Amino acid sequence: MYPAQFRYSEEHEWVQAEDNSATVGITDHAQKELGDVVFVELPKVGDKVEAGQACGTVESVKAVSEIYSPVSGEVKEVNTALAETPEWINQDPHGKAWMMKVSLSAPAPLDRLMTAEQYEEYLRKESAE
Amino acid sequence: MANTPAQSAASRKTALNSMHRKMGARMVEFGGWDMPLEYSGIVPEHMAVRTRAGLFDVSHMGEIEVEGKGALPLLQKITCNDASRLQDNQAQYSGLMNSQGGFVDDLLVHKIADHRYLLCVNASRREADFGWITKQNDAGARVRNVSDDYTQLAVQGPRSKDVLERLTAVDLGALKYYWFTHGKVCGIESLVARTGYTGEDGFEVYLPPSESERVWSEILEAGKEEGILPCGLGARNTLRLEAGMHLYGHDIDEETTPLEANLKWISKLEKGPFLGSEVLARQAQEGVKRRLVGFQMTDRGIARDEAPVWVEDRQVGKVTSGSYTPYLKRSIGLAYLPSEFASPGQRILIEIRGNRPAAEVVSTPFYRKPKN
Repeated sequence: MYPAQFRYSEEHEWVQAEDNSATVGITDHAQKELGDVVFVELPKVGDKVEAGQACGTVESVKAVSEIYSPVSGEVKEVNTALAETPEWINQDPHGKAWMMKVSLSAPAPLDRLMTAEQYEEYLRKESAE
Repeated sequence: MANTPAQSAASRKTALNSMHRKMGARMVEFGGWDMPLEYSGIVPEHMAVRTRAGLFDVSHMGEIEVEGKGALPLLQKITCNDASRLQDNQAQYSGLMNSQGGFVDDLLVHKIADHRYLLCVNASRREADFGWITKQNDAGARVRNVSDDYTQLAVQGPRSKDVLERLTAVDLGALKYYWFTHGKVCGIESLVARTGYTGEDGFEVYLPPSESERVWSEILEAGKEEGILPCGLGARNTLRLEAGMHLYGHDIDEETTPLEANLKWISKLEKGPFLGSEVLARQAQEGVKRRLVGFQMTDRGIARDEAPVWVEDRQVGKVTSGSYTPYLKRSIGLAYLPSEFASPGQRILIEIRGNRPAAEVVSTPFYRKPKN
């Protein structure tokens, strides 16, 4: 379910870091919690994002959620197709619904993020609460 | 990304609570009740009701019985619509008024027979309503809160008649909109009303709680062919909003009057004095200062409840209900605006997270069911 090459945040974003850049999206758990996504607001290319800070929003019919960047850096690319096809977030959250690519200003804080195994354990604990 | 939907804690439960949980509904706290928010999702449930059929547990709604010779005089005093126009087996949408002409609640008044009425009221208001009605009861009517005697199921959608017909001998086709009858559904004596809160054809069935699970299951089974879906409060809200119907506590409350709320049609000043009628008469004569209007976003963005509404650089109101709606696929809402800005075509701005995307006042309902 959760790709082993990703790292995961407590706010339910995933990040795939390679060298100095990282791709970010929201997790399958996050899209399930939201339900049918109908609107996405992403940062612009050139925006600076900071780890732990809000950088966009995802809206479903019933709820608004902020997207928190799991990494710090400059936005190099955003998935503009999501504006027209926000349903991709429900259909393929770990694939074609990636949200942004960030050029890292500091090494990805991988030690503060979870592995797939840790994230699944985190979800189990969260649902037990 | 953080989770926003409220998780349900300890609260009141309908007779179908364990059924909802067993069937995997996502539960939410609403008006003090632990209710299903969604089963398969708001969008598929909403679309099922617009195109086929959906089943809702609305047992959290309250029922109040008003009986005796004083029943009609009491109802005429406390509600703004004219209950004397009701015939046996007819239902009426009305407002329970406070002495300022504000809404204690909005409700359905069912005339069972002469001197016998059944009120269907909002879940969050049932105790407040009962207290207020009792307090105003100087006509000697018998008023009883009978909410716990009923499970209420809503079968809604263009195919709802086909589904329900398999489970009852009641001639549903002969039942006109806003009329009801008594008869057996799944073998259980019930009150069957052709009413609803979705803007679609449909029925509301009142039955004893002890039979809830069986009737619920039999309706779902009977509607398989039509693709009936169990639905939650999420779809109920988007459906009623598309249909331009009001939600108590959001679009109407103690501070708003029927005339301000675009409900002049239930404000029957000609029937004689009732609670708050002098306020309504004055508003009718002088005009209201603010009005509830529908709007749709013309820029991208979804207006949510409580979002400030601007005209140019002046804040003029707040959104009372707002959502993206699945059938129209538009972001729509309701808001109180000063009357000078309340005409269709008026350009307004909705404040969403610091931005002010544009919207336009439109006439309601946003959605009207196709004529047969």
